[in-house]
Amino acid sequence: MYDVHTHRAETNVDDIKISANDVQVYYGDTHAIKDVSIEIEAKCVTAFIGPSGCGKSTFLRCLNRMNDTIDICRVEGQILLDEEDIYDKRVDPVQLRAKVGMVFQKPNPFPKSIYDNIAYGPRIHGLANSKADLDVIVEKSLRRGAIWDEVKDRLHAPGTGLSGGQQQRLCIARAVATEPEVLLMDEPCSALDPIATAQVEELIDELRQDYSVVIVTHSMQQAARVSQKTAFFHLGNLVEFGETGKIFTNPEDPRTESYITGRIG
Amino acid sequence: MPVFWLILIVLGLAAVGYIIGRQRALASAGGDSRHLHSLPSYYGSNVSIKVMVPAFFLMIVWLLAQPFVIEGRVSGMIPESEIREGSSASLLMAEVRRASEGLENAVAGGFMTDEEARNARADLSDVTQRLKDAGQVVTNTITQPILKAAQAHRAMVKSSNLYMSIAVIAIAVAGVFWGLAGAKADFRARNVVERSIRWLLVAAASIAILTTIGIVLSLIFNTVEFFRLYPASQFFFNPTWLPSFGGGIDADGNPLSKLGIIPLLWGTLYISLIALAVAVPIGLFAAIFLSEYAGPKTRAIAKPMLEVLAGIPTIVYGLFALLTVGPLLIGVFGDDGLGWMQAGTAVMTAGLVMGIMLIPFVSSLSDDIINAVPQAMRDGSYGLGATKSETIKQVVLPAALPGIVGAILLAASRAIGETMIVVLGAGAAARLSLNPFEAMTTVTAKIVSQLTGDADFASPEALVAFALGMTLFIITLGLNVFALYIVRKYREQYD
Ligand SMILES: Nc1ncnc2c1ncn2[C@@H]1O[C@H](COP(=O)(O)OP(=O)(O)OP(=O)(O)O)[C@@H](O)[C@H]1O
Ligand SMILES: [Mg+2]
Repeated sequence: MYDVHTHRAETNVDDIKISANDVQVYYGDTHAIKDVSIEIEAKCVTAFIGPSGCGKSTFLRCLNRMNDTIDICRVEGQILLDEEDIYDKRVDPVQLRAKVGMVFQKPNPFPKSIYDNIAYGPRIHGLANSKADLDVIVEKSLRRGAIWDEVKDRLHAPGTGLSGGQQQRLCIARAVATEPEVLLMDEPCSALDPIATAQVEELIDELRQDYSVVIVTHSMQQAARVSQKTAFFHLGNLVEFGETGKIFTNPEDPRTESYITGRIG
Repeated sequence: MPVFWLILIVLGLAAVGYIIGRQRALASAGGDSRHLHSLPSYYGSNVSIKVMVPAFFLMIVWLLAQPFVIEGRVSGMIPESEIREGSSASLLMAEVRRASEGLENAVAGGFMTDEEARNARADLSDVTQRLKDAGQVVTNTITQPILKAAQAHRAMVKSSNLYMSIAVIAIAVAGVFWGLAGAKADFRARNVVERSIRWLLVAAASIAILTTIGIVLSLIFNTVEFFRLYPASQFFFNPTWLPSFGGGIDADGNPLSKLGIIPLLWGTLYISLIALAVAVPIGLFAAIFLSEYAGPKTRAIAKPMLEVLAGIPTIVYGLFALLTVGPLLIGVFGDDGLGWMQAGTAVMTAGLVMGIMLIPFVSSLSDDIINAVPQAMRDGSYGLGATKSETIKQVVLPAALPGIVGAILLAASRAIGETMIVVLGAGAAARLSLNPFEAMTTVTAKIVSQLTGDADFASPEALVAFALGMTLFIITLGLNVFALYIVRKYREQYD
């Protein structure tokens, strides 16, 4: 297993945005995440890869306490965001999620207009002082989501009327509209064509200037293109975590190597 | 032979036919069912079907046609002079039928011999007395022609029954042979049985549809009949409801009865409005609590408890209105309190109780609809840092709104059709008033009161019930269609 200490030695502690220690997740009796410890850096893109069902989404959902909405789900261990325990009783999950935004595996636009979909977050967090402010935020977010040109003439049409790929980009735009510090993306490009994928990857690269991004992906090429760090999960374990270049060229664990070369998964 | 025995005989033949048919088919395949076209039981069923279907069909047709044929013949025997003032041929016929049945029952009970029942020159008073002794209902006015007609009627019924028994049994036996002709290995018994089952289902469906059509047609005919006797403009626009039971026409040629629907419709709408004002917020909030806030344990207890409310018969709600809610309201708003309310029966009483009745209706439908909103939608909202109530208010409810509106419309159409609570809780006065503490009445309650008692069913005072029923039917039908349209439109979004 990957040795956390060597990694910590070469990065400044201030740069660590999220730090997870010995996290266990159970769905009822199923042990879905086993002993996962990982450190996610600020201003860095971290990719989670691994075969289907290995717990990537589950672990991602721990990082903004989305697992709270699943009755049977139980999380143990410690997850620190900016050195504060997010599972502490005093932490309000609502405020946490405003800081740690999320794009889901399946697009889930609200049954509202495109404009209202984007404006939803800024409105509930009071980010805009006027209608003009809000208009600016909506346009900027839609541009960052690489969908502005397609929807600028129908901002008041329902968001559910868009195609699957457009819906996913709408959800990305919706998530960046609240200006989160960390953005969790669960297979954001699985429904997108290569052009939109390239645009989203560009967005991720741009977000990296200010935020941390964690992206789950099944595409090795994508992980290699957009991420600086890569974590490989297998059967609920974090098998290997390190510089993306190293994971893809010189993995330490034989399981990582077989996955990358296409032998497991 | 009583029909009951006849049915048993046919069923017996069918059972025997089943067993033989099965055996023969097996035997024709040399005892190996793999050489049969269909499973052995299909060959048995094939015989049973061929026994039962024609036999029962003949029996039903015969039993339906018999009264018409016999009464047609008997009515020729009664001279015109027998039909007294104020009576009619059909009333006389009913008397003949009653006397004929009386004779039959008296003979069966041993109060009379068969000879006596047939005796054409029997003494009238003697026969009447004997029938009375036998506990049979007879009017005092059995006359000679009626007795004769009754005797002829009885004789014809008896012989007709006999012929029917013979014909039905003969057809059933023929059915056995027809079915057995198909008990051969290469006969496609399964196809025959499958087709028969299909027709059975078609028949069931058509009975349901035809009855509905029949009910609607009878409503329409009687409504048309009413409007021939009573001006439609009076019915729709006269603001008073004051039926005079004698009927009749005043000096200007207007009917004495004032049968204006407006006060009744007003009562209906007013009470329904109060009921919905109670049921919609409470039901909706209960649904939101159950689907979004309650844990699985609370939900497992609370939801069935709410639904028990829906199983209480409305007459019990009526009693509750009359005996509990009415006096309670009087205590607060009556002469001892605010002085707004004169009696326990009032729009408010009925409206409140009807509202309670509708709560489970609204809550259980809304709960289903709220649960149908995909979890992904809620996750999306939580993922943006929305609170639970923000998520419910801004995402879940808007998504569920069309369905909830549909649920409310269905509840409204129940409120409009409700009768018992109104009869017991709202009083019987047809009144156009805005005061919710006054007694008023609704369309349904007036339908009941117009048809109970000894109303003459041909008078406008009784027929108005059909016009009222038709109006209600159209209103609730419209509401239901509208509700279903909205609910269906909503469904398309997620499927
Ligand atoms: N809501 C849930 N209830 C019960 N078990 C769950 C639930 N969600 C996930 N699991 C289980 O947890 C394990 C990890 O699931 P998870 O969704 O995290 O996988 P994943 O790595 O995201 O897979 P994929 O690449 O297919 O999305 C799986 O075995 C899954 O069956
Ligand atoms: Mg997943």
